[in-house]
Amino acid sequence: MATITTDGVRHVANLARLEFNDEETEHFTEQLARILEYIGKLNELETDDVPPTSHIHPHQVFIMGAQEGAAHVAKPDVVKPSYPREEVLVNAPEAEEGYFGVPRVVDRSH
Amino acid sequence: MSLYELTAHALHEKLKNREITAVALVESIYARIAEVESHVKGYLTLTKDIALEQASHADAGFQKGDEMPPLAGIPIAIKDVICTKGVRTTCGSKILENFVPPYDATVMTKLHEHGVVMVGKTNMDEFAMGSSTENSAYQITHNPWNLDTIPGGSSGGSAAVVSADTAVCSLGSDTGGSIRQPAALCGVVGMKPTYGRVSRYGLVAFASSLDQIGPFTKDVTDCALLLNAICGSDALDATSVDVPVPDFTRGLINDVQGLKIGVPKEYFTPALDTEIADSVQRAIAVLESLGATVEEISLPHTEYAIATYYIIAPAEASANLARYDGVRYGYRNENPEDLIGMYKKTRSEGFGEEVKRRIMLGTFALSAGYQDAYYKKAQKARTLIKSDFDAAFEKVDVIATPTSPTPAFKIGERTADPLQMYLSDVMTTPASHAGLPGISVPCGFVQSGLPIGLQLLGPPFAEEKVLRVAYTFEQNTEHHRQKPKIQTNGVV
Repeated sequence: MATITTDGVRHVANLARLEFNDEETEHFTEQLARILEYIGKLNELETDDVPPTSHIHPHQVFIMGAQEGAAHVAKPDVVKPSYPREEVLVNAPEAEEGYFGVPRVVDRSH
Repeated sequence: MSLYELTAHALHEKLKNREITAVALVESIYARIAEVESHVKGYLTLTKDIALEQASHADAGFQKGDEMPPLAGIPIAIKDVICTKGVRTTCGSKILENFVPPYDATVMTKLHEHGVVMVGKTNMDEFAMGSSTENSAYQITHNPWNLDTIPGGSSGGSAAVVSADTAVCSLGSDTGGSIRQPAALCGVVGMKPTYGRVSRYGLVAFASSLDQIGPFTKDVTDCALLLNAICGSDALDATSVDVPVPDFTRGLINDVQGLKIGVPKEYFTPALDTEIADSVQRAIAVLESLGATVEEISLPHTEYAIATYYIIAPAEASANLARYDGVRYGYRNENPEDLIGMYKKTRSEGFGEEVKRRIMLGTFALSAGYQDAYYKKAQKARTLIKSDFDAAFEKVDVIATPTSPTPAFKIGERTADPLQMYLSDVMTTPASHAGLPGISVPCGFVQSGLPIGLQLLGPPFAEEKVLRVAYTFEQNTEHHRQKPKIQTNGVV
């Protein structure tokens, strides 16, 4: 298994929508490398013929990759009332006219 | 004995016979909170007004002579990862500091139907990531047995408040050991039911293929009563399994004759504290003397459980925690340059270090070019770990192990070294991978006075069998009756 570099940490941080200063980047690189080294222990295992376990109840499959004999757990498609809009928006940092507010994403100059 | 010291089943008798009222019980619990909570710091939010209102409601039922459920009027504490309508739910994180859920988790709806009284919300490692509760963004919870030590984690608050008698029982959540390990370290009973037994609707998600809600109690009887209240499939959680829910009190049988108990040799390594190894061996000998057959078994992939866990759990967490983006709820950075900048600043300022570490680890394990080498490899290792248990349960009814390799450690001792902290879960993560029901019951004390836990594991949905062994052990020993003497005059 590969280890992780500071560039790798910057790349992953961007994917995860996190940002670190140089000191934090160094710190995380060091710690993640050490954890990944420990995790490398899994390479001792021969797993070519082992199926992956994503879930421990194989008779219930909810999304993709249904196994043989698996029952899909699906609800009847019935419209039911949801939570009132105003109650849901109470926790929003910014709400306007019944919508969540975010910083502007459309450039007005075009 | 003061009311706050009693078990739920003992209190139910008193409530039913109208010797006490639920309101008086709430007052007793709150008097105890006034006495010790500033030292233990198990609660993030106290809900006395709600407790008194719910208690009056229960009292009205008892007064009328209604047939009341066994937990009616019983004060319970709730881990702050479970959504409580109208009551702040922080997950121990700054990012949810002001989050007030508009709905109740299904377990809360069920507890309300049973007339249970909510004392408050308990402290935890941020987003349930940790083994000591030191990762809470708010406070450090102290182990009632020794205030200089940690209570375990991530449900450290829920374990500590039951141990300190500031709640009769509590709910926690267990992903890799977060109920069983703190139960062991605080000298109380803690159980993780089978994956899928309890609805997770309203449980803030950490690692969805592992998370499960479960009880902390003062004895095994209360554990069965609380399981009765919270188990069952739920249309609001597609991962809850539609299997019949037994009356778990049927497992409260003081007899282990004819049961086979497997003792996995891989758990008794040099890393295991010798006093704990001795205590657990003595506990197993007690069960043998009561008629159980004990045999050594092998779970050969045990040593891979932590490495597997620290890929699977962070990978799932990295996806689950993507929702904290400052848009719909929680903290938001107020001065972003643009939308992406808002996401990044919000998340970097709102999450604590351990949460960021796990998001990074999980995002890496799922990123292009690494997914097969890490995430898929771990899922395959998980199959091997699960197969070990499947094979073992062909031969034995229940597996007995230590719950934790060490007793409670000193506050601050492992915070500098994440990997060292991760290894605290070495005895609990294997069963999590296999989704098994597991209980930790008090089985003794080390010389320094800290409690030791015996972990009992069963096949999926065999909670009754696990409870039977735990109950028999408890009925024939006195460890669970010991109470910590909290040093309220000491330096904290």
